[in-house]
Amino acid sequence: MVNFIIRRLFAMVITLFFISIISFILIELPPGSALDAEIARLQALGGNLNLSQREALEERYGVNDPIHAKYWKWISNAVQGDFGNSFQYNMPVTQLIWGRLGFSIMLAGSSILFAWLVSIPLGVYSATHRYTIPDYVITVLQFIGVAIPEFLLALVLMVTFESVGGLFSRDMETAPWSFAKFVDLLEHLWLPVIVVSAGSTAWLTRVMRANLLDVLNQQYVQTARAKGLKESKVIWKHAVRNALHPLIMTIGGVLPALIGGDVVASIVLNLPTAGPVFINALRNQDMYLAITFLMFFSLLLVIGNLIADLLLAWVDPRIRLE
Amino acid sequence: MADPVTNVETSSARQDGTDDVIQVKDLHVHFHTALGVVRALNGVSFNIPRGKVLGVVGESGSGKSITGLSIMQLVPPPGRMESGEILYKEKPDTAKPLNILSLGRHSDEMRAIRGDDISMIFQEPMTSLNPVFSVGHQIREAIMLHQNPNEDEARAQSVDILQKVGMPNPQRIARSYPHELSGGMRQRAMIAMALSCTPALLVADEPTTALDVTTEAQILELMRDLQNDIGTSIMFITHNMGVVAQMCDEVAVMYLGRIVERATVDDIFYDPKHPYTISLLRSIPRLGTNRGQKLETIKGGVPDPYTTVTGCPFHPRCPSFMPGLCDTVLPVETIIEGKDHHTVRCHLYPGSTPEQVADGDGRVTGTSGTAPNTGRAN
Repeated sequence: MVNFIIRRLFAMVITLFFISIISFILIELPPGSALDAEIARLQALGGNLNLSQREALEERYGVNDPIHAKYWKWISNAVQGDFGNSFQYNMPVTQLIWGRLGFSIMLAGSSILFAWLVSIPLGVYSATHRYTIPDYVITVLQFIGVAIPEFLLALVLMVTFESVGGLFSRDMETAPWSFAKFVDLLEHLWLPVIVVSAGSTAWLTRVMRANLLDVLNQQYVQTARAKGLKESKVIWKHAVRNALHPLIMTIGGVLPALIGGDVVASIVLNLPTAGPVFINALRNQDMYLAITFLMFFSLLLVIGNLIADLLLAWVDPRIRLE
Repeated sequence: MADPVTNVETSSARQDGTDDVIQVKDLHVHFHTALGVVRALNGVSFNIPRGKVLGVVGESGSGKSITGLSIMQLVPPPGRMESGEILYKEKPDTAKPLNILSLGRHSDEMRAIRGDDISMIFQEPMTSLNPVFSVGHQIREAIMLHQNPNEDEARAQSVDILQKVGMPNPQRIARSYPHELSGGMRQRAMIAMALSCTPALLVADEPTTALDVTTEAQILELMRDLQNDIGTSIMFITHNMGVVAQMCDEVAVMYLGRIVERATVDDIFYDPKHPYTISLLRSIPRLGTNRGQKLETIKGGVPDPYTTVTGCPFHPRCPSFMPGLCDTVLPVETIIEGKDHHTVRCHLYPGSTPEQVADGDGRVTGTSGTAPNTGRAN
């Protein structure tokens, strides 16, 4: 198992390396550079820039360097933890992203947890009570959950519960971390969690139901019954564990999807997460900020996949390697 | 008619002094589907003598497996036991047999019987073990549930039983997962699991059908050995007459949810009475017959399960079909003269119509299910 993890970590580094090259090229592709924005900013401050000053700036920022030189400059600093400066905010990228990424990961983690805690029992109930009225009710709720747009659900919930969004009360927003602030966070967290996870919860419930129905037809479920086990144990021990695979695999994909996909919800709910800042960075060609977010999303994707693989191996011995 | 009909019950009284571990009486199981009612079992009555191997043979859809599952009360929905009794006698001296069907499907009493008193092995060894638990764990589960809640002792017991079923390295096998074992090994593991609590009855539902012939022979020999060892009775469901010849003491032939003939294994092979049994035996390829000669088949196919055939259910395919009788009157179970253990449901043999039964002094047990157990005293 240790061997497997080491190999996977090695593969992760290589994957990230290729992602960095591709995303760097993509972000460099559009015409114009962030320097234009910087120059515009300096011009707005007053003072005209003459050509030599402009060339000096271009020289300083390496705008005219060939792309591989730029890439090398950026990546060699990045691996040392220096991701460059944001032109937009005029401060180091590292100062900008941590807090936002932290909230994003927390929101995504809580959403996955919420989705599992709701979808597994609901899916199991739905499968074991197929074609009964509760099953139909759950099915209808699932369709609503999948179909409703996030922003609409966010607005409806905000109006219904008279919330103004955000993750903190106004007086707590800038306060240093304390237990009271944590409690305040929990009081606000549930609404974005429901908004962000509604779709995946509904979808996972459906997957769980379908999968369990499949597994319940398997011979080994009958074997477990023939052994004299309680029906609840037959379902929860022998059947559910064999139906969990797709739910576990969701960690791999859902983690970055939740972080990237919570943009709309974050804007509507006024959340201090990574999504809105990332979109802004892309629109303003704030390339170092954008590519840093991109790299972290990629990192989360590969980590998510690794976690999913490890969990799968833990649940199903057939996947265990060696 | 000179007393042609005798009571079928006497055959279960077993003059040799043994008794029945299971007695099924007039069992009806119907499946209520959206397309109609499928009558899977239409009054099945038979007994499983203690310590013997009863073979149950028949085509696909004849109700063999449903009969086995009924004894475990594991008939899947929408299947329903409409009527009948399944009497279980744990020991020869058990005073009052227990009607399994009187217990709730999910009741604690029923669960205490499953896996402990009566256990079952299935056709597909590839899928009948849970892929995510080790073989040892799955055997241990049954032992801990029924016999010994101590995990360490159950662990040792499971290794013991794996050794008993001929596993080369039982400790290692106990730790391995089903996908690491071959089909034959998995079936051995299933047998180990089924026999771990030394059941009074083992229901084996085509346990060797999915295996290759060499493995099949090994598994059959193993089952035979263990049966002699433990003294478990076996209900052996199969459609393979060769396996029947090798494994069974007695045979029940099923057709469309009824038992049409019941005899010792010798009588079935050397003196079959029911036209269906005869055709079934004729359709087996044999060594030494002319190569150019066509193999005999039973003409027609099993009728649509949603319909009911009037009269004898086999009459549309029967070579000895007698118009006016076979297609109107359902034959009752009659005993072949001079052979106490040989019963048949066919109009070719005297005593097969209800009128004849009424004329004679015999009682029809196959359909009434009310006859007392005359043989139970010995």
